[in-house]
Parts: sequence; structure tokens; C-alpha cells
Amino acid sequence: MVRSNRWVNLGFQLAALVLALLFTTLILLAAGAPPFDAYANILRGAFGSMINFTDVLAAWVPLLLTTAGLLITFAAGLWNIGVEGQIMLGAIFTTWVLRELQDTSMPPALIITLGILAGMIGGALWAMLAGALKTFGGVNEIFGGLGLNFVATALTLWLIFGPWKRPGVASMSGTVPFDDKLALPAFTGLRLSPWALGIAMIAIVIVYLLLQGTYFGLRLKAVGKNPKAAFLLGIPTWQYMMFSFVLCGLFAGAAGAMQVVAVYHRLIPSISSGYGYLGLMVAMLINYQALWAAPIAFFYAALNIGSIQLPIVLHLDSSLSGVLQGMLVLFVLLVEGARQRLMKKA
Amino acid sequence: MDTQTLITGLAGVLFAAAPIVFAVLGETFSERAGVINLSMNGSILLSAMGGFAVAYSTENIFLGFLAGVLIGAFVALIVAFASITLKQSQVAVGFVLTLVCRDLSYFLGNPFMGLPGPRLPSLPIPLLSKIPVIGPLLFNADLMTYFSYLLIFLAWAWIYRTRPGLMLQGIGERPAAAFVRGANVNLMRYVYTVLGGGFIGLAGATYSLSVKAGWNGTISGLDGIGWIALSITIFGGWNPLRAAFGAYLFALLQWLGLVLQPSLPGIPSQVLQVAPFPLMILTLLFVNIGNAEWVERTLAAMPESTRRVLARLLRALRASPPAALGVPFESE
Repeated sequence: MVRSNRWVNLGFQLAALVLALLFTTLILLAAGAPPFDAYANILRGAFGSMINFTDVLAAWVPLLLTTAGLLITFAAGLWNIGVEGQIMLGAIFTTWVLRELQDTSMPPALIITLGILAGMIGGALWAMLAGALKTFGGVNEIFGGLGLNFVATALTLWLIFGPWKRPGVASMSGTVPFDDKLALPAFTGLRLSPWALGIAMIAIVIVYLLLQGTYFGLRLKAVGKNPKAAFLLGIPTWQYMMFSFVLCGLFAGAAGAMQVVAVYHRLIPSISSGYGYLGLMVAMLINYQALWAAPIAFFYAALNIGSIQLPIVLHLDSSLSGVLQGMLVLFVLLVEGARQRLMKKA
Repeated sequence: MDTQTLITGLAGVLFAAAPIVFAVLGETFSERAGVINLSMNGSILLSAMGGFAVAYSTENIFLGFLAGVLIGAFVALIVAFASITLKQSQVAVGFVLTLVCRDLSYFLGNPFMGLPGPRLPSLPIPLLSKIPVIGPLLFNADLMTYFSYLLIFLAWAWIYRTRPGLMLQGIGERPAAAFVRGANVNLMRYVYTVLGGGFIGLAGATYSLSVKAGWNGTISGLDGIGWIALSITIFGGWNPLRAAFGAYLFALLQWLGLVLQPSLPGIPSQVLQVAPFPLMILTLLFVNIGNAEWVERTLAAMPESTRRVLARLLRALRASPPAALGVPFESE
């Protein structure tokens, strides 16, 4: 029993994957679409060419940064749904600094660095707001965070259509793109920046070490598992929660900054690209273990980029990737519940 | 604004609030029994799309409503099964379902985008609708609006005036005590969660077949309603009357936003559309802040007269959730 546990667990997880694929296939059939064509198109869209593959990596960067941040709030037992807004505020702060400094004589590398730092601070401030609502106002972080997400969307739209509008006519296409020299240097001919890739990888390593190898991480997890017991042990509970919000905001803000300096080179209405909610799903799927964040986030990024093909080739809505991503998490949760139930009976 | 426009406008508020009333009452039942159905935002979208698709394909509007109810009930059944039987986190399951249902509605609803479909006809009640002021205000709407009035009263009477309602309060507050009294706690939780899900589905169908007739995918403006309804449930303190008041207040504020927009040219329309969300945070703050420890400490340091007034105000606003909300129940 004990020896075979690992294989049994793996079997259950594979079952969840198969069930999710089965369900998505049924949905495709219900929509009258050829399932294998759809999957083949997603694969081709993600890995069909060097450009597609590097686009997946470019999407992997903000998703991994967001997931890294969320692992910290999850460790503290917090559902930081407000992460979506924290990404947006990161992007807004980065755009703001770039706008202010673009006409000065400062070296571009310095401007970009300051922009990224500002983005991190922006994300942290927005996260602090959700944390303050929770600790001092008793507002559950799910509702406070959600409300703040919608406020962040409004703020983004207001900036794009108001103070930062393009000369002439403001539009949903966003603010005026920045000069090329204010972009993180990319591989020639590709949309992927090695710098962005490096930052994301460093981030997940930092979070892994923080949670697995430090006293702080251990105490944070104690707060998450049982805040009352942690408080009795002398851990300043609310300060730890607040600090985990701030740390998560720093990473989410960095993700927003990457969206500006490495992907879109301007502020657009959907600047967060839903990476906040996607990051929450990745974190749930890996059962909050930092070790698995990189591969699973890569898989989810590939689904996102691959599904861009669907409307063009098969006239299907690209939200199919969201259905598969969500179903995977749902079935992993259900199968895990079933496993615990069966094991207990056995 | 003359009286006539005002009455028409307020009647429109009652009409637009009907689906919110359904959703909030549905969630109130579910949470009263101890289960948070966090899937509401996606569930409303999916049942709106499903309800419209069925009504459009069968050309029968009541089958559309039925489909909406069944979809909402089915999503709630998944939440109930995962949390009660499989003991998984209600928040995790509900949140994932919210996202899946939203994406499903966009994916499956693609062929139905922007089609002209059936719409619930308006149904003025004879005689009653002829009463001055009250007639055009209350009795010149459609079937779902009337049903929403009725449901508020029924829900209140069920929870506070019947034996099963008393049991419902029990399984949300002290499930162990209710169990000793002979209640099948987990079965009741299933029943109320699925029933509540049915009302949430009805809310979705009411949008796509009446209030915002049609299916318009991402631009239908329904994404976000479910989250608002979830916070109105908290604002309503799990009491149907207070919850309905919250739903009407929200619809009224939305209408005021539309009416006032021409006189506020400096504010882009996108900003006014999200105005409900900061308001939602503020109301949650008012409802919850009375529970915070530092508030009690600050109050204790104040002069007696001020303290008493403030404490009474906070107590009137405060709402405490059912004690066993989100906690699984095991009989042994």
C-alpha cells in the first residue's frame, strides 16, 4: 500500500487528465467541430514554428511570475483573486515611469529598470490595499480583490481614454507605443526577450527557496495552516499575511511590467491578459508546490497561444483553451477527492 | 424629470432587478445551508447562453427558462458533490467552475451571437395596472418580475416562519445540533444548494430572455453580475428581505448612473459602468468593520455618548455569516 502509493497517485492524476480531455472532446462534438483537427491546430499553433514556440515562452514569463507570487499568498492561506488587478497596476506604473522619462537624456537601460521597479511597487501597493481591507476592514480577500480588479480595469480604461490618450483619437488599441529603445532587448526577429525569461526563472527559484528553505517560509505556512495556533506560537499573524500580499504584489507587478516592456510596448485595455486567473488555476493544479510551477505554467501558456489558431482555421472561439484549462483543474480536484474517499475506505 | 418618466424609470429598476433578486435569494439559500456557491458568475453566463440557445432552437421561451434553471442546478450539484461528498475546498471548486462556465458559454454560444430571439412578453395585470402610480410602477412588467416579488416573500416566510426553514437555519449555524434533532444535514445541504443553483440559473435565463434579451458573448455585459450578487448576499446578511433591498439598491444606482451620465461628460462611460464595484467594496467594509477588533478598542476609548451612537450604527449594519458556512459536516 505505502510502496505503491506514488504510482496510484500518478494513476489518479492521469485519470483526471483523460477525463478533462474527454469532456473537452464532447464539447467540441457538441459544437459540431472536428476534435482531432482542433487539438492538432492547438499543437501546431503552439509548437509549429520557432515564432510560435517563442511566443509560448513570452506568455510563459508573466504567467510564471504571477504563479510565483500566488504561491506565497496561498502558503499564507489567502485567496488573492485580486492578483489580476495587481498585474494591471504594475503595467500602469511601468507605463507611467516610461512616459515620464522617455524624453529625458537618461540611458534606456536605466529607464527600463526604473520602469520595472515601479511596476513591482505598483503591484505591491494594490495588493496592500486588498490586504488592508482584509486585516483592518474584515472584508474577505476574495471580494475585496475582485472589486479592486474591476476598479483597476476602470483605471486602465480611464488612462487610455483620458490623460494618456493617443493624439487625435483615443481607442481600444491602447496608448502610443514606446520607442523601440525602451523595449527589453529581444532575440532578433522574435518577440521573446532573454531578459524577461531570466527574470521569470529567477522569480520562481526565489519563491521556491523562500518557501522550502527559510524560517520565514515555514512560519508563513504555519499561518496558512492554522492562524490561531501560529498566533499562539508567537508569530505576528496579520503582519505575515500583509507581508505575503506585498510579496505577491511585487511579483504580479513585475508580470505587468513585462507585459509593457517585453510584449505590448504600451498600455492596452486587456493588459493583464487574464494571467492572474490563469495563475490561480496553475497554482491549484500543482497543489501549491513551487517545484511544478514552471512546467505546468508552460503547458497552460502553450494552450493559450495554440488556441489563437482556432478562430482563424476552424472558426471556433478561442475560449476552448479556457475550457480545457479549467476542466483539468476541476477534474484534478474531483479525482483527488475521490481518491481520498476510496483510500479511507480501503 | 417629470413624474411620468420617474415612474417609468423606477419600474425599469424593478424589472432590471428581477434576475439579481433571483441570484441573491438562490445564493442566500445555499449559504444558509452552509455551502458557498462561488460559481455564480459563470453559472449566470452559462444559463443565460443555454436558456437563449434552447428558446431560440425550440421557439419555446418556457423551455428556455427551464434549460436555464437546469443548468444552474447542475453547476450547483457539482459544487455540492465536490464539497459535501468529496470534501474538496468550496472556494477552489466554485472558482474553477466560474471560469469554466464563462469560457463554455463563450465557446458554445458563438453560433448564437447577436441573433434576434424570443423575448418574454410584457404582461400588465388587468385592473391592478390601472391604479394610478402603483399600477404602472409595480404591475406593468413581465412574468419574471412578478415572480421576483413573490419569491422574496416566499423565501422570507420559508426561512423564518416554517419548521423546515428553522431546520435550514440550524444546519447552517450548528449542524451537529440539527443532526441530533434528526436532520439529514448533508442531504439538506445538497437540496438547498441545488435549489439555490436553480434560482441562479433562472437569473441567467431572465437576462437573456427578458432583461437583456439575446446573447452577445463577451459584450453582453453580464460578466461581473454574479460577483456583485455574491457581495449583495453578504450585504443582505443572509436575510431575504435585506438581500432583496440590496438588489434593488444596486439596480437603482445603476439606473442613476445611466441617467446622470449626460450631465457628467468628463467621465468616460467605461468608468461609470464599473462604479458598482467600489461601492461593493464600501458596503462590504461597512457590513464587516463592526467585527474588527481595532474598532472595538477604538470605540471603548471614546466618550460614552459618541460610543453608544456609533456602536448602534455598526450593529445595525453588521452581518455575521452562518457559523458553519464552508465547513464540511461529518456525523461521527
